[in-house]
Amino acid sequence: MPDSLQKNDKTFLEEVERRSGQHMVECYQCGNCTAGCPFNFAYDLPVSKIMRLVQLGQREAVLSCHSIWLCASCQTCTARCPNNIDVAKIVDVLRHMAREAGYATERNVKAFGDSFLASVKKHGRLHELGVAVGYEMRTGRFLTDIDLAPTMIGKGKLSIRPHHLHGADKVAGIFNRFNEGNHD
Amino acid sequence: MRIGVFVCHCGTNIGGTVDCPQVAESAGEIPDVVFASDEMYTCSEPGQESIVNAVREHDLDGVVVASCSPRMHEPTFRRAVERAGLNPYMFEMANIREHVSWVGRDKKANTRKALELVRMAVAKLRNATPLYSDKFNVTRKLMVIGGGVAGIQAALDAADAGIEVVLVERETSIGGKMAKLDKTFPTIDCSSCVLGPKMVEVAQHPRITLLTASEVQDVAGYVGNFTVKVKRRAVYVDWDACTGCGTCIEKCPSRKTPDPFNEHLAATTAINIPFPQAIPKKAAINPEYCLHLTKGKCGVCAKVCPVGCIDFEQRDRVDEIEVGAIVVATGYDLFDHSVYKQYGAGKLPDVITSLQYERLLNASGPTAGHVKRPSDGAEPERIVFIQCVGSRDRSKGRPYCSGFCCMYTAKQAILTKSHLPDSQSYVFYMDIRSPGKGYDEFTRRAQESYGAQYIRGRVSSIHQHGKSLVVRGADTLAGMQVEIEADLVVLAVGVEPAKGALELGGTLHISADSNGFFMEGHPKLRPVETNTAGVFLAGCCQGPRDIPNSVSMGSAAAAKALILFSKAQLESDPQVAAVNPQLCVGCFKCVQTCPFGAIKESEDRFGNPKAEVLASVCKGCGICSVTCPHGAVQLNNFTDNQLLAEVNAICPLPLA
Amino acid sequence: MTNSAIAYYPGCSGKGSSEEYDLSTRAVMRRLGAEPQEIEDWNCCGSSPAHMVNHELSAALSGRNLAQAKRMGHHLVTTPCPSCLTNLKNAQQAAWDEDKRLKINKLMDDECPTDVDSISTLQFFTEHIGLDRIREAVVSPLPALRVACYYGCLTTRPPKLMRFDDPENPMSMDNILAACGIEVVPFPLKTDCCGAASGMPRNDITTRLSGKILDMASELKADAVAVACPLCQMNLDLRQSQVNRARRSRYRMPIFYFTQLMGLAMGLPEKELGLSKLAVNPEPCLARAGVR
Repeated sequence: MPDSLQKNDKTFLEEVERRSGQHMVECYQCGNCTAGCPFNFAYDLPVSKIMRLVQLGQREAVLSCHSIWLCASCQTCTARCPNNIDVAKIVDVLRHMAREAGYATERNVKAFGDSFLASVKKHGRLHELGVAVGYEMRTGRFLTDIDLAPTMIGKGKLSIRPHHLHGADKVAGIFNRFNEGNHD
Repeated sequence: MRIGVFVCHCGTNIGGTVDCPQVAESAGEIPDVVFASDEMYTCSEPGQESIVNAVREHDLDGVVVASCSPRMHEPTFRRAVERAGLNPYMFEMANIREHVSWVGRDKKANTRKALELVRMAVAKLRNATPLYSDKFNVTRKLMVIGGGVAGIQAALDAADAGIEVVLVERETSIGGKMAKLDKTFPTIDCSSCVLGPKMVEVAQHPRITLLTASEVQDVAGYVGNFTVKVKRRAVYVDWDACTGCGTCIEKCPSRKTPDPFNEHLAATTAINIPFPQAIPKKAAINPEYCLHLTKGKCGVCAKVCPVGCIDFEQRDRVDEIEVGAIVVATGYDLFDHSVYKQYGAGKLPDVITSLQYERLLNASGPTAGHVKRPSDGAEPERIVFIQCVGSRDRSKGRPYCSGFCCMYTAKQAILTKSHLPDSQSYVFYMDIRSPGKGYDEFTRRAQESYGAQYIRGRVSSIHQHGKSLVVRGADTLAGMQVEIEADLVVLAVGVEPAKGALELGGTLHISADSNGFFMEGHPKLRPVETNTAGVFLAGCCQGPRDIPNSVSMGSAAAAKALILFSKAQLESDPQVAAVNPQLCVGCFKCVQTCPFGAIKESEDRFGNPKAEVLASVCKGCGICSVTCPHGAVQLNNFTDNQLLAEVNAICPLPLA
Repeated sequence: MTNSAIAYYPGCSGKGSSEEYDLSTRAVMRRLGAEPQEIEDWNCCGSSPAHMVNHELSAALSGRNLAQAKRMGHHLVTTPCPSCLTNLKNAQQAAWDEDKRLKINKLMDDECPTDVDSISTLQFFTEHIGLDRIREAVVSPLPALRVACYYGCLTTRPPKLMRFDDPENPMSMDNILAACGIEVVPFPLKTDCCGAASGMPRNDITTRLSGKILDMASELKADAVAVACPLCQMNLDLRQSQVNRARRSRYRMPIFYFTQLMGLAMGLPEKELGLSKLAVNPEPCLARAGVR
């Protein structure tokens, strides 16, 4: 059975356009974003196909893909788009929407981000060892980067104790208000 | 005054959102309007007839048509009014289409506005006076600016029809871009074999004066009577004597002179003839690279020239030429692709332009037709063609399609296979645009019979890797990223108006579109005319087009010029400025503000200073009229009385 | 030459994994007559994890830093870290939009300022110090050192946000190092991505992308790579052993922060440059180049 184009979720397209400030219809599928994407080899959907699926209102297919989690926001697509579309921003917005809708197709990427932000919320600044430990707790991947530890410790690059700033409560306040509010 | 008003439905164009019968009915109540009706198509034959009949039946002495923009049909209706026995300037048009029905959906508001515009037109007409044209003679001589294939065609057609033609070309030879090409699509016939004979014909034609190394500097006058200043660049060779033998070129020691004809793939000599089929086949010196002209040394060419035609004393000069019409055929230049830093910005030697590749394929090019890459002279095996470089790219300010790149890229892929049978060509494209006769068959032949691998997608970047170039692209049909190690990359660089075209347009008072291409008179119906009478367009100066289209346009422009020359005399537009000597105090502010030099300082028979309008030079812009502190200069058919009457018609004075 | 004070945001890695970048940046700035004033009680910008979650959250975190800088009387912040810079700039730009400013300020105790600009230290050296002053400060040029300048993706991108240097072929670092008497190699992969923050969650991605950069630097016979980003440095230097393992390569390519090389050319003492903190020992390379 072919997919009926009438079943497209137009609200999805509208939401992506509103939250990214980008005009999706301007994409003419030249493929330049895919051509330059350094992460394409690891993607399940090439970025140009994501753009097309958003145009077609394919909410489920887009929000459940791996690519939007793997994108490193390197901005190559944005810098080279012949239609001046901020593609990286669209992917960023898709990631927000996926997170809000409960998708986390790349579990480890999400876990890394979560432990990173947890560390910032707690101390006000990033505690690199804390992030690593938090990440490993979340994923159960206890040996991640363990090979780097001796070098880092030897070079004095891994502080055991976190920096704690005076305004740590102010930073935590930002996170708390964010979690309370309804944001997009 | 007895005025008739005709309200046009224009089918549903106006009638859909304007209550035309209502407008006509209300118009009938305006003072002096003795007849008002609505018509389905006023410009149609029955529509015009109803105007003629109404003028006669109701003894009208003025007509208002409420319809479309005057741009198209004002002349139509003026002729109808004239046929009915009235002065053609006792006519006004109210634009209730572009200004009303096409811009608003509210029928009530539209109807109200349409009536207001009719009211204004009637008010203006009530203050109009009959105007009469002058007749003037036409200089039956055509100037063609640009000696590419479009200009050549225009010049030959006009000259064959018996008109004297002056063909002005900036370079030292005519031939334009077509002379640089190897073969042409879709027939793979040799470009210079088909263009060459036409160039020779130009040189030998008794009615064509060929001025190469020449540029138009200034154009004054008006249709039928232009005065053109042409700068004749010094070439330091007496061309009347030069035989084109080439002895000087063999001996010239300045061998690093840039060679624009070969797209800078090679160098040439300071004295040179750009290519073997050049017309005129005369040597010219590039003064920036000539050792004699720069350092006072050398002079070898003068010593070896068998006819003694080298003339280091030659100077630029300016000729004034009188012509009756001008065909602009200034062509195109390639977009500067160095803005594509991701493609090497013109710095990677083996990333070349499509025109450079033509020179590599061409037997008279720098490699004698052997395809060798610039960096090391090796024969490339893997060649990547990239389309739309500087076309359809908003981020580079080039939103338009350059039109013919799809076709020449297919041709280059085919030629590559015949030059290098073991080679593999790859073509990155977004869409294949091949709508001409035999064109799509041709692009398919490139793929099906010549093995060119077409890849639907754009290229993100090119970088050097050892001796190869790494081309990173996408195949959007396969939905994947692709990388090709190539030996040579050819960029199908988009086209833009030729350098200097904008300045020339200013001199000619013709306008250009947002991309710099000259504007045609009407996008469908006046494709080779401009809005300046007597100036016509041919070829790529109006927009990207291929050879057959350029040739057709050259012929069309010649035909339009011939129509003009077929009349013994032309009629002037009487809508020009006029001075009322009773009011003029001779301050001459108008003389200072007139952008066309159409007002001169004069005096009446008592010796009082008075301004005088040169009606033939005046363009009717009206600047003088608003400058004059005494209202002494008035623009015919746009007098202060007429304009104020219009204002009063929509802003009636409040009753005290 | 008078000292000119500028607000300075070191970023979290500057206090941890990229301490030597922070050290050498401050040292070189001082040597060039600029006074970096660390933003008081600055907090983490949230890096990419924050903007991957929500743009207002990200802007509020950086907004607090901009507000702290403003409180100190500054209207210009410089930071060595491109990722921090992106967030600082994004916060200011978001605050220009009234709608977004309201949303951001609702998350904060203070307000996100609209009049505090931020620039990279690379831009600071290029535009506020200038190549002439850098050239004057050089005491021991390093002509025997062939360096590939690697900018990473964020130093000049997105171009509309960064408004500095060329997004496809940046030259600022090349020019600075050339002014320091170093031989810079034309490097085609200047702005390719190193794999960014995927190092922990998707190590396969990072080793592959960083590997390509090391391949190219090595092919071009560079002695070392110079970088301007802590994350690039970590992926190329600290993770070089992982790259070697994953790709069966044997690179020993020193990865310097460009400020360390500037400091070397300006004769700054070792302890201010933190060369010993680099994972790949730079000493053999420096010895070959005659620095030692």
